[in-house]
Amino acid sequence: MINFQYSRATDVADAILLLSAHPGAKLIAGGTNLIDLMKENVEEPSRLIDISRLPLRKIEETADGGLRIGALVPNSDLAYHPLIEQRYPLVASAILAGASAQLRNMASVGGNLMQRTRCAYFYDTATPCNKRTPGSGCSAIDGLNRNHAILGTSASCIATNPSDMSVALAALGARVHIAGPSGERTMALADFHRLPVDTPHIDTNLDIGEIITAIELPPRGFAHHYSYLKIRDRLSYAFALVSVAAALELEGNAISEARVALGGVAHKPWRSLEAETALRGQAATADHFSRAADLLLQGAQAYSHNSFKIELARRAIVRTLMQAANATPQSQAHKKIA
Amino acid sequence: MNAYVGTPTSRVDGRAKVTGTAKYAGEFTANGLVHGFVVAATIPRGRIARLDTSEALRVTGVLDVLTHTHRPPLADKDEAWMDEVAPDEGSPFRPLYDDNIKFNGQPIALVVAEDWETAKFAATLVHVEYQEGAFGTDLEAGRDKAIEVQGPHKPRGDAAGALAGAAVRHEADYFIPTEHHNPMELFATTVVWDGNGRITVYDKTQGVQNVHKYLCGVFGKKPDDIRVLSPYVGGAFGSGLRPQYQVVLATLGALALKRSVRVVLTRQQMYGLGHRPATIERVGLGAKPDGTLEAVAHEATAVTSRYEDFSRNDSGWAEQLYRSPNSRYSHKLVRLDVSTPCDMRAPGAASGVCALECAMDELAVALKLDPLELRLKCYSDRDQSEDLPYTSKQLRECYARGAEAFGWSKRNPTPRSMRDDKELVGWGMATGVWEALQMPVAVRIVLTANGHAEVYCAASDIGTGTYTIVAQVAADALGLPIESISVKLADSTLPQAPVEGGSWMAASSAHAVLGAAEDIRRELARLAKTMPASPLGGVDAADVILVDGTIAKAGDKGRAVSIADAMRYGKLERIEKHKLNHFAEDKSHARNTHSAVFAEVKIDEQLGVIRVTRVVSAVAAGRILNTKTGRSQIMGGVVWGIGMALHEETVTDHRFGRIMNANIAEYHIPVNADIHDIEVIFVEERDDRINALGVKGLGEIGIVGVPAAIANAVYHATGKRIRRFPITLDKLLA
Ligand SMILES: Cc1cc2nc3c(=O)[nH]c(=O)nc-3n(C[C@H](O)[C@H](O)[C@H](O)COP(=O)(O)OP(=O)(O)OC[C@H]3O[C@@H](n4cnc5c(N)ncnc54)[C@H](O)[C@@H]3O)c2cc1C
Ligand code: SF4
Repeated sequence: MINFQYSRATDVADAILLLSAHPGAKLIAGGTNLIDLMKENVEEPSRLIDISRLPLRKIEETADGGLRIGALVPNSDLAYHPLIEQRYPLVASAILAGASAQLRNMASVGGNLMQRTRCAYFYDTATPCNKRTPGSGCSAIDGLNRNHAILGTSASCIATNPSDMSVALAALGARVHIAGPSGERTMALADFHRLPVDTPHIDTNLDIGEIITAIELPPRGFAHHYSYLKIRDRLSYAFALVSVAAALELEGNAISEARVALGGVAHKPWRSLEAETALRGQAATADHFSRAADLLLQGAQAYSHNSFKIELARRAIVRTLMQAANATPQSQAHKKIA
Repeated sequence: MNAYVGTPTSRVDGRAKVTGTAKYAGEFTANGLVHGFVVAATIPRGRIARLDTSEALRVTGVLDVLTHTHRPPLADKDEAWMDEVAPDEGSPFRPLYDDNIKFNGQPIALVVAEDWETAKFAATLVHVEYQEGAFGTDLEAGRDKAIEVQGPHKPRGDAAGALAGAAVRHEADYFIPTEHHNPMELFATTVVWDGNGRITVYDKTQGVQNVHKYLCGVFGKKPDDIRVLSPYVGGAFGSGLRPQYQVVLATLGALALKRSVRVVLTRQQMYGLGHRPATIERVGLGAKPDGTLEAVAHEATAVTSRYEDFSRNDSGWAEQLYRSPNSRYSHKLVRLDVSTPCDMRAPGAASGVCALECAMDELAVALKLDPLELRLKCYSDRDQSEDLPYTSKQLRECYARGAEAFGWSKRNPTPRSMRDDKELVGWGMATGVWEALQMPVAVRIVLTANGHAEVYCAASDIGTGTYTIVAQVAADALGLPIESISVKLADSTLPQAPVEGGSWMAASSAHAVLGAAEDIRRELARLAKTMPASPLGGVDAADVILVDGTIAKAGDKGRAVSIADAMRYGKLERIEKHKLNHFAEDKSHARNTHSAVFAEVKIDEQLGVIRVTRVVSAVAAGRILNTKTGRSQIMGGVVWGIGMALHEETVTDHRFGRIMNANIAEYHIPVNADIHDIEVIFVEERDDRINALGVKGLGEIGIVGVPAAIANAVYHATGKRIRRFPITLDKLLA
């Protein structure tokens, strides 16, 4: 870890000022990802701007019946908030599928969206990695890529986004509130994370000097038919090999609205409008779910060690949609897949 | 007599541990303590072409950067570096000795600074250029270059011929990956500079006297110049048997600066220490159609480093378990550019018996026999290598009790025949075996007139419960409440003990305590009998026992003298006895512990997610000194066995010769969610021959067989035989 300066932002405007004044500076919220990366010399910020005490910890209802969640709400508080539990249980479930209780207590909503890939080469400064050192090469493409992406990859990077929460937010159509030197703006979460293409070192569309202030959930919460299923190498405390967030609205057995997002398979939460459209108006059956899975996985490309992910994702999609349709969502506390 | 031995006595050090008063190696402090941070090599083989420390040295707070060209002298003879556990063949690793790089993660510099953060920062400013050499780290790629070393037993008969001619035959390779111990406590050493070249070393180690002797050799010091202590160890599992490099680096720092120095490794750096070697276990079994074995051929091909030949008994365990007229057990090594492997819980057996027991399951399938029935059919009452009977062997009873508790008789033998909703259910079993060893250990007991006893021994307690069993045995032998016993361990100045490992410490330390206590009893009996009007006057000294703080006639507590009175009469403040344990030389019997492990898995049929929902482990290991710590020991072994079956794997990118999951987020071990019902059964096993107490030891037996029982259950559930560990879901989906 290198030496760094430290300042505590007094408000959002101050944080933005500090960011512009110190190129090389980084925001720190819970620190659960950034500090890890600093210890590995992957991140070497010249200055940490501590935003953890900014007043961005509120969860408020919006005029249109949605929810606005401050960027510094701890992951645990969000997961156990009554409005989230009642109206957006998919978000609660996805958060509880991630990390450990201790980490969730520290981790912030903004930091969660910004967490970086767990690609082992990215973490190891002794190996080439385009994301860490642009132009140095991608060690994973011909290396250990069992955990890597099968969708939206490029010749320069095949890393996945590790966030569970983002997958649920993507499915629900959340928006990200951003403040920066040129004012405030919002962006669909679906547009927030980028595909690697030939700039894998840029994870998101957040501009330099900008800060996430909140995320906003639209009114529709899919509280009856939802499920978040995370498949991993042990039953808890591991990153997803594949995860699925599914949300349905049913009229009888017919699907009136469908949302499906995948985690662990791409550089961003993966959705397919085509797949979701195809589900609309159909009966909630395994066959239709299977067809949706095909559409979601269209164009999937496997590397030397991760071809299992395609079939695993297909099956996980069907299972999660089934859980959602049957209103038997995956519990994150049971030691068992429902 | 036995108020404590054989009971579920709570750990005497439990309170100190949970309240944080127990101090570990990296927690000791001293005036002017400074901190070292290790700079590790990032290539697996080559030379250091240039090592530039100038920028690091310019950092405020940095005191020195030690390297192979800038350090106090180190011994140049291999003998000095050969610790008690070093392999016989090879030249032990010497940290900061020269410019040679032998493995990735090798320490190449130590930055010493006023505080740890500064040292860590300055470490990023040490610039290294390498002259890289051609390297290899892949066992499978190097298999054809394997060299044969001494196998565990001499061959019997003609295994190859019998195998070729057998009516039913099973032959396969099983792959066990590299595994790391990952003890909770990081490796750490605090060297306290006592002045005049004398040092006190707080080290994370399984053997303080081993480290002491090693440091004296490496630094050319007199025994009195160095004292090594390791009062508490937060797990080691074999990784602390040999002195690890941080103890050398911290000592180098202290000698260079004439100050107290602490070096704590990072979790990542600990992957540069020893490991369970990746091993290909080739097992061939030949049988008659009725299941009688004709041949066992087991060949292990394991990784070692290029500088030391590390090998253990992987392949020889069938010799103890299964009757066969022909057998061949061999061991091969592939020398690679990695650090030397080391012992890791049940070294050899954990891997070798895993393969053997999977192979037995496959043979049972081929024979259409119940796997348990096959084991009973081949049951060996003798150790075939020396044709010896056992001091005791209640393995049959383990099978019976385990099977009954598990409900094995209800098993439908057909794979994929049992299910529970969306999950396939599989039941598998395996046998476990380990050695019952005992080593020379001495203790000193000091009994004071106030009825308090102190027991001193250099042995370590690595979390296994040595403090507690020593206290239990002493309390019973001296007839005192356990609260009146204090135990002092893990100080190199205390009576001799070998490293704590091999499951030998319980039996070895217990009998040293018994010996010293017996000397105390004799002295007290002598005193008591000579007291005026002694109620013990006419009693034979051999019939005098220590009980309830008194010296009494056995079977007649009424005829007693208090210890305090006897000592006062003898004008003794204290009685001090030092005793080396003694075990009668007996080559006429084999000594082993055994277990039968039964496992249930439930596997999501679509997704391949595996859960180990039940394990029953029935263990026969002589007398269990402490049923509580003993049970914990076996449970820990079972949990680890689950990890070995399903999770653990050190992953190396062989293009870089670098471990890529050197952290416990990505190196998976089981978490709570992976653990369900574990039942431990201690099968009664009287053993009057092995030692006075009939104790055999429990450290390793708990893990042996567990991975195989699970792998066999996975086969039974799915019909898929996974021979490459760990069994992850992608292998089931393939
Ligand atoms: C062992 C381990 C296991 C884990 N397992 C999982 C898992 O299974 N699933 C999962 O989803 N996550 C997992 N995590 C990751 C965890 O969710 C993230 O570390 C956490 O969400 C990050 O939040 P933070 O507040 O601590 O971020 P920090 O570490 O403080 O910051 C992370 C990044 O976000 C930036 N940032 C923070 N706040 C803002 C803001 N308001 N605006 C703009 N940028 C900002 C920082 O500059 C930094 O670059 C795991 C982490 C660990 C250490
Ligand atoms: S996949 Fe991306 S993060 Fe991983 S090595 Fe390649 S470029 Fe780096």
